[in-house]
Amino acid sequence: MPATRARRLAALLAVPLVLLVLLAQLAACGDDGDGGDGASDRGTGSGAGEPLEGDLTVFAAASLTDAFDDLADAFEAAHPEVDVELNVGPSSGLREQILAGAPAAVFASADTSNMDQVVAAGAADDPQVFATNRLQIVVPAGNPGGVTGLADLADPDLLVGLCAEGVPCGDLGREALADAGVTPSVDTEEADVRALLTKVEAGDLDAGIVYVTDVLAAGDAVEGIAIPEEHNVVATYPIATLTGAGDADVAAAFVALVVSEEGQAILADHGFSAP
Amino acid sequence: MSRGRPTARRVDRPRTPWPVVPLAAVALAFVLVPFAALLLRAPWGDLADLARDPVVRDALRLSLTTALAATGLCLLLGVPLAWVLARTRLPGRPVLRALVLLPMVLPPVVGGAALLFAFGRRGLLGEPVYEATGFLLPYSTWGVVVANTFVALPFLVLTVESGLRSADPRYEEAAATLGAGRWTVLRRITLPHAAPAIVAGAVLAWARALGEFGATVTFAGNLQGRTQTMPLAVYLALERGQRDAAVALSLVLIAVSLAVLLPLRDRWLAT
Repeated sequence: MPATRARRLAALLAVPLVLLVLLAQLAACGDDGDGGDGASDRGTGSGAGEPLEGDLTVFAAASLTDAFDDLADAFEAAHPEVDVELNVGPSSGLREQILAGAPAAVFASADTSNMDQVVAAGAADDPQVFATNRLQIVVPAGNPGGVTGLADLADPDLLVGLCAEGVPCGDLGREALADAGVTPSVDTEEADVRALLTKVEAGDLDAGIVYVTDVLAAGDAVEGIAIPEEHNVVATYPIATLTGAGDADVAAAFVALVVSEEGQAILADHGFSAP
Repeated sequence: MSRGRPTARRVDRPRTPWPVVPLAAVALAFVLVPFAALLLRAPWGDLADLARDPVVRDALRLSLTTALAATGLCLLLGVPLAWVLARTRLPGRPVLRALVLLPMVLPPVVGGAALLFAFGRRGLLGEPVYEATGFLLPYSTWGVVVANTFVALPFLVLTVESGLRSADPRYEEAAATLGAGRWTVLRRITLPHAAPAIVAGAVLAWARALGEFGATVTFAGNLQGRTQTMPLAVYLALERGQRDAAVALSLVLIAVSLAVLLPLRDRWLAT
């Protein structure tokens, strides 16, 4: 009996000890992470001419996905010590993440209203427009639905998708449809432009309204059908550095690249127009 | 209390080992703290308005009906499947069981894509059916039911199978010896014995279907009144940057599931 009691006591003591050790290790890990970031901040924050280094988190609208992949590559090529992380999504969702304190250093929005809200909250400094985009009807390769223009989107026999309301491509698309006097027969409202594009690419939808740049990005899998100029809507893309985050120098350098000649050439390759 | 027979059993029952209680407390806190945080974020003032919002009403109605329909389909198909896994000597049963559980480990979005490849307009089965009849599962409420059933089925099969396994076969054998036909044995012995497991499995499947998001949004799309269930409405609210609305919608979903699960838990799931 005494032996088993002693063993039980030892076991009782061992459990909290193991937990304590685990907790201490967790805490140490947290410290390491913070310490590392702090060090890199100090390393680059001061002194011109020093090479830029550290992590740069860029929040970009979903329609910028491919162009910003290339821009990130170009930036990393110019600054090998910097690691660019891209987070793409609908501008409205990105805005909300930024306002909730997401650790982003740069925000590129697909419309001015989401950027304005971030600026109004004091989270971003002087945004500048770096690109514009236009809408196009996208259909799967071979155009199985025989779509010729906006009016076809009212056909209930066709499978038609739009971006959801409140998401830039959804609002702009509805603006163009309303302008043309078309009430669309919508089968699905996708959360962002790339989700919509994927369904058209796969042939699960006959038509959708996306940006010109998305049609270009999808290549041979889809065809674009122009929306007449009088009904088309211009999407304006502003970019800004964010006040709350990390290394201002790195963020500013990234924005400078986007508006530079080199950056504009990359954007033009993906179908964006100059501001 | 009752002196005589069951006291001996009570004494022999092992005491709860010491570490169980604090770890159980940690587990409980782990589940409850995020819920508490959600409640703290809730825009209580807007809840009444939100409950009257047609978008919310449509989503709630759709969530409840599709989850119920999916549970019905799960029962119809899952109980026989559980039977086959538990009671037959089919070769390769372990492999079969692993395959049945696949939707549990598959990310639901991948499940939705797989459903599209199978039942979509260009899908393996979807294309010939669409060509012949014009019937299409995606973008229809049935598509939501199919996506829900796909993710919920393993929960029912797993629960019912273990219920059938743990039932004592001697009762069935005795009934058969006494001249009961196989339908009578099924109706009077097997199903009543498996009933708690079947109910528990159905409740699990219903809860899984109610919260289902990834497969639904990928396979069935998102349209108010047709395919937009509560989880989709929550996701869309988040994507649009309407965090308050998303929190409120989640609370409605939680309240509804608790209202269904709590009474059931007392009646069926307590040990």
